[in-house]
Amino acid sequence: MKLITKLLTTSAMVAAIAGCSDSTTEETTAAAPEMSKDSIKVGFVYVSPTGDAGWTHSHDQARKYLEAQLGDKVETTYVESVPEGADAERVIRNMASNGHNLIFTTSFGYMNPTLKVAARFPDVKFEHASGYKQAENVGSYFARPYQGRYLSGLIAGKMTKTNVIGYVAAFPIPEVVRGINAFTKGVREVNPDAIVKVVWVSTWFDPAKEREAAETLILQNADVLTQHTDSAAVIQTAEAKGKYAIGYHSDMSEYGANAHLTSTIHNWGPLYVEKAKAVLNGTWKKENLWLGIAEGATDLAPINDIVPADVKAMVAEKKAALKAGTMRVFKGPINDQSGVEKVSKDDSMTDGALLGFDWFIEGVSGTLPKS
Amino acid sequence: MDIELITNILYATIRTGTPLILVALGEMVCEKSGVLNLGQEGMMLMGAVVGFMAAVTTGNLFVAVLIAVLAGILMSLLFGFLSISLVSNQVATGLALTIFGGGLSAFLGANYVGIGLDGVQAMFIPLLSDIPVIGKIFFQQDPLVYLSFIMAGLVYWVFKSTRLGLNIRAVGENPEAANAMGINVHRVRYMCVMFGGAMAGLAGGYLSLAYTPLWSEGMTAGKGWIALSLVVFASWKAERIMLGAYLFGAASIMHLILQGTRFEIAPNLLAMLPYVATIFVLVLLSSNRAKTKLNTPKSLGVPYRPQL
Repeated sequence: MKLITKLLTTSAMVAAIAGCSDSTTEETTAAAPEMSKDSIKVGFVYVSPTGDAGWTHSHDQARKYLEAQLGDKVETTYVESVPEGADAERVIRNMASNGHNLIFTTSFGYMNPTLKVAARFPDVKFEHASGYKQAENVGSYFARPYQGRYLSGLIAGKMTKTNVIGYVAAFPIPEVVRGINAFTKGVREVNPDAIVKVVWVSTWFDPAKEREAAETLILQNADVLTQHTDSAAVIQTAEAKGKYAIGYHSDMSEYGANAHLTSTIHNWGPLYVEKAKAVLNGTWKKENLWLGIAEGATDLAPINDIVPADVKAMVAEKKAALKAGTMRVFKGPINDQSGVEKVSKDDSMTDGALLGFDWFIEGVSGTLPKS
Repeated sequence: MDIELITNILYATIRTGTPLILVALGEMVCEKSGVLNLGQEGMMLMGAVVGFMAAVTTGNLFVAVLIAVLAGILMSLLFGFLSISLVSNQVATGLALTIFGGGLSAFLGANYVGIGLDGVQAMFIPLLSDIPVIGKIFFQQDPLVYLSFIMAGLVYWVFKSTRLGLNIRAVGENPEAANAMGINVHRVRYMCVMFGGAMAGLAGGYLSLAYTPLWSEGMTAGKGWIALSLVVFASWKAERIMLGAYLFGAASIMHLILQGTRFEIAPNLLAMLPYVATIFVLVLLSSNRAKTKLNTPKSLGVPYRPQL
């Protein structure tokens, strides 16, 4: 009897533990087909689940767009919830060795694993998002969401009544700092009295903490909120408290019909189609792309009708100027938090300076932790 | 700081502490009976996802909360069956339950990510909610917060002055003696484990239906583990669990408030504040070693095999 009990326990435990591996779904076909330019296999590696309404969601939408555009010519597969690090290398190598011609690795931490695997599979093309290293068969690409931030900042500046705007931010890295500064630039351009209050939550994803941060900002008089984290909790909080909010990553209007003014969104679809076509035609070459509103990689979600028509018109005008390249977001004069001029009137910041942004511009309230 | 800001902070403190109180009370009762269930996180996640799914499909939040509780109970029964009936190692089984709950909830909820929900609304208690300051803090909350007050009182009372409380303690201290007294050890342990599951499911439901009405994978963000340590630091006392949970809540709010002031401390250091403050105070409270030892269930984590 004792033995049977023991056996039962063990098998139940094994079953319980086996159940957990469900969270990483792998969708690949077994057989590796002959490489052919008539059709290619495109793989995607995601850092979080596809349904998170955030970063990964935007890449998965683009994957679907790619399938819809190229039909039979492409076959796409993806692996979601892949942790950055050793696991990533295993997943990427697996994809490379079972017949994928083009692999998109969509998180910063995949950069080194991608390069490592790429060196061993010279025939496979790799595209890495948000990194800075390239190789013969590894290109990199990123969007310029800060342009969308700037446009949404214009709206926030016009909509605030208390002149306090809240910003829930994850970590003080250049990408986040750039977004905060661009947003503030927009806010101050239409409303020089407004300030942008920043609260760091030290996590990319924790809906409860994001909500607490949003509530704290509301306590401090903020009446328009935005976030650089991955959930929609900030939008929901604004909706519940009767404030305004601006989303990020994807159109978050369904989380707050009244609160949601607009969202800065990523649109990778056209780029993915272009890259897939290049591999099909044999014209692929490594590039380091930083695509913005002009290329359609960054965009604004439809603006809520609460926003007055003249504000909408102004945003449309600025957007057109960014698209045409006649205007830049970080054009001088730009002062830092202490009021010292950092960029002069006739200057504007270079891409290099933007990539290393480590100071706040005037109008941001909050401290930037120094590392 | 003006009075309104303080009121608002305390109001948010109660809300933040509530899920911790719910899980920790359940775990406390469970541990009092001698069963250490490390599956809190898994049970909470299951409660959160199943409750949310029920809310989306039925549109009835009351039913959704009940289903969240039920999900917690079912998960705890799985644990109970393995660790009580089959006498498996409680620590390993509990850990497996957490991993299992995390995976299963992600699988079940995959299609529910990104759906918005109105969530449980605040319910003002007549008369009491009109009291200045106190009324806003304690009596303008949602029904689940009131339930956490009631449950804390109930658990306190049961262990303070009922035979049931005494029986549970007997089972947790010395199951053989309890058995000799005619107490059905397995039945008591099952009931306590199920209570723990129900409370964890409720806490999960509170998160996905009231606190942040949405479902996202791993949304409990370690609250089950915090509650687990809270039980130990509160030396298995309901009133200290409440204190610890609110302290934790207050400190997590303060860490965000302080960032807006001239108080220049690195946010990552401030992020530690809730943990440090809670542990510090509870350690102070339980610094009397003899008393603490008296409170610790002696047979905690030891499976009971009836002598045949």
